[in-house]
Amino acid sequence: MLLFVEQFLNGLQFGLLLFLLAAGLTLVFGIMDLVNLAHGSLYMVGAYFAATFTAWTGHFVGGVLLALVATLLVGMAVEVIAMRRLYGRDHLDHVLATFGLILFFNELVRLIWGPAGMNLTLPPWLNTAVEILPGVYYSMYRLSIIVVALAVATGLYLIVMRTRIGMLIRAGASNREMISALGINIKLLYTFVFGVGAALAGLAGLMQAAILTAQIGMGENILILAFVVIIIGGIGSIRGAFIAAIFVGLIDTVGRAFLPDILKLALSPAAAATAAPALSSMLIYLVMAIILVVRPAGLFPAPGSR
Amino acid sequence: MRKTLVAASALLALAAGPGATSALAQQKSVKIGFVSTFSGPTAVIGNDMRNSFDLALDHIGRKMGGLPVEVIYEDDQQKPEVGLQKTQKLIESDKVDFVVGYIWSNVLLASLKPVLDSKIFLISSNAGPSQIAGELCNENFFSTSWQNDQTPQAIGHYMNQKGVKTVYLLGPNYAAGKDMLAGVASTFKGKVIGQDLTKWPDQLDFSAELTKVKAAKPDALFVFYPGAAGVQFLNQYVQSGLKGQVPLYTAFTIDSLSLPRQGENALGIPGAQHWVNDLPNAANKKYVADFKAKHKAYPSFYGAQSYDAVGLINSAVVAAKGDLTKKDVMRAEMRKANYQSVRGPYKYGNNHFPIQNFYLQDVVKDADGKLTLKTVATIIKDSQDEHAKKCKMKW
Repeated sequence: MLLFVEQFLNGLQFGLLLFLLAAGLTLVFGIMDLVNLAHGSLYMVGAYFAATFTAWTGHFVGGVLLALVATLLVGMAVEVIAMRRLYGRDHLDHVLATFGLILFFNELVRLIWGPAGMNLTLPPWLNTAVEILPGVYYSMYRLSIIVVALAVATGLYLIVMRTRIGMLIRAGASNREMISALGINIKLLYTFVFGVGAALAGLAGLMQAAILTAQIGMGENILILAFVVIIIGGIGSIRGAFIAAIFVGLIDTVGRAFLPDILKLALSPAAAATAAPALSSMLIYLVMAIILVVRPAGLFPAPGSR
Repeated sequence: MRKTLVAASALLALAAGPGATSALAQQKSVKIGFVSTFSGPTAVIGNDMRNSFDLALDHIGRKMGGLPVEVIYEDDQQKPEVGLQKTQKLIESDKVDFVVGYIWSNVLLASLKPVLDSKIFLISSNAGPSQIAGELCNENFFSTSWQNDQTPQAIGHYMNQKGVKTVYLLGPNYAAGKDMLAGVASTFKGKVIGQDLTKWPDQLDFSAELTKVKAAKPDALFVFYPGAAGVQFLNQYVQSGLKGQVPLYTAFTIDSLSLPRQGENALGIPGAQHWVNDLPNAANKKYVADFKAKHKAYPSFYGAQSYDAVGLINSAVVAAKGDLTKKDVMRAEMRKANYQSVRGPYKYGNNHFPIQNFYLQDVVKDADGKLTLKTVATIIKDSQDEHAKKCKMKW
C-alpha cells in the first residue's frame, strides 16, 4: 500500500511535468494552427539557462526565475523571427521549419555550453527526502515539482477561464478568423501565447534538469510524449491536456512499477524481465490508439475546432 | 480530427534524428575505420576514445611497420542501424584494413556480420557482448576491453567479501545491460531479490524503480548505467534518500568522464574495472601523463582500451612487415597480445577476449582537489569469461 502511494506520486509528478510541456504545445497548435516540433528545444533551453543562472547567481530560486524570463524572451523572439512566416502555410512547411529549428538549437547549445551537458545543483533543503506518511519517505524535490506544477495549472486555468485574455485565447482556439475580424490584435496575442508556452516548456525543462541533468536533445524524447498527451486530450484544450498528461504519467509509471510482477504470473521470470520493459513503453501508445478509435478528436476537443 | 492526424505524423517525424558523415580516401597506408558515438549526450565517450586513439598513434609516430596510418572516424549516433550503415560504408567504399571502436554492445552486434564476412579484422575497444564471446566467436574478432560479464562478476565477488546477503539489480534493457546483470548474479552467493531493466537509452527517470528498491529493502543495490545516465542515476539515488539506507555497487557507472559531473554524489561508491588511471606500469604512466598534459583531464577506461587497440594493431602490422594480406601472421601475433598494454601484460582466451585482473576502484580527491579514481585492491586475478567455453575456436 505504501509502495502504491509512492508510485502514485511518481506518476503524478511525471504527469504534471508533461502537462507543463503539453500546455504550451496544445495552445500553439490549437490557436495558431502551427505544428511546433521545436517546443522541445525551448524545454532544453530552459534547462541550460537555469543551470547557468543558478551557477552565476549562486541562488537556486533566483536563477530559476531568471531562466523563466529568459526562456519567455527566447520564445517571443522565435515567434517574431521565425514562426510568423509560417502561419497559414501548409503543415508540412511547419514540420520542416521547426525540425530545422531543433537542429539549430542543438548546435547552438553545443557551441555555447559544449557537448558534455550541465548539472543543475539543488540547494540542500531540496536535495533530501521527507516523511510524507509514517514510514514513507519521498524526495523533497519531486514533491516540490508536484506543488509548483499544480500551482501553475491552477493559475493557467484561472487565466484561461476567468480573464479577458483567456477569453481571447479560447476564442482563438475555436475560430481564429472570427476574432481577428472582430478587431483583436491577433499578432500580439500570438506572440504572447507563444512566449507563455515557451516559458512553461522552460519551466518543465529546468525542473527536470535537476533530476536528469541538462543534455543536448533532451527535449526530443519527451516531446513525443507531449504530442501523445495533446492528441489524447484533444488539441487546443488545456483541461484535456491536464487530464491526459496525468493519465499518461500514471500509465507510464504504473506500467514500469507493476508490469514485471504481473507478467511473472504468466511467463517465466527471464521472459517477463525482457518483455515487461518493452510492453510498458508500448502501453501509452496502445492507450492512445484505443482512445482515438473511441473518440477520434481526443477526450476534450476545443469547441468548434475542426 | 485533421489536426490530430497532423500531430500524429509529427510524432513519427521526431523518431528520425540528426547526423553527420565524413570520408577520405588514399592508398599505400594502413587504413583504420573507427566507429564510435560522436554526437548526442554520449559523444563525450566517443571523443575520449578518439583522443586516446590519436595519442597512441602520436606515440608510434603515426606509422605502423613503415606504412603511414590513416584513420576514418564514423559516428554511430548510438543507434544500431546507423552503426551498421557506417560500418558497411567503411568496408565497401573506404576499403579499410581494420575496423575499431564500438561503445555499445547492440551497435557492435548489428555491425558484426559485414566486417567478418569480408574477412577484415574487427577490434572492439569497448563493447563485449556475451554472444561474440560464445557461439559467435570469430578468428578475426579481437577485444582490447573485456567481456561484459567480467566486470560485474568482480563486483559480485566483492559483495560476497563485504558480507552482502541480498541485492537488487538495475540496468538498461539492451544487450550489455542483460549481460551485466547476469554477470553479477553468476558470482554473487547471496540472493537476488529483485531486478529491473529500464528502457534504453531514453528512460532517464528512475523514480518507479528506486521506489521498488526502497520497498524491497535489500542489503545492496547494483547498477550499470554507462555515460550520462550514470550522472542522472546518482542524482536520483541521492535525492530519493536511498544513499545511507541501501549501499550502491556499480559497474561502468562512475568513470573519469562522468565523475566531474557526479561530484560529491559519487564519493564512497565502489566500482570494479580492469584498468584504473593509477596502475603503476610504465606504459600506463606515459599514457596518463601525456593525456593529462594534452587534454587537461584524466583519461577514462574507454580511452585506455582504445589506446591499447593501436598497440595491438601495430604489433600485427609490424609482425607482417607491413604486408596486410598476411592475415594469418597478423592473427597469430595478435593472439600473443605482444605489446605494452596500459593495463599491464595479459593473455587472450580462445575466444579472443582478454584474461586479465580486475581491480576495486574508489573515488578520491587528487593533489589539486579534483575528484579521481584510485585502485584500492585486486578483486580477481586472471579472470576469464564463462562464455569462452561455448566458443568452438581452438588455437
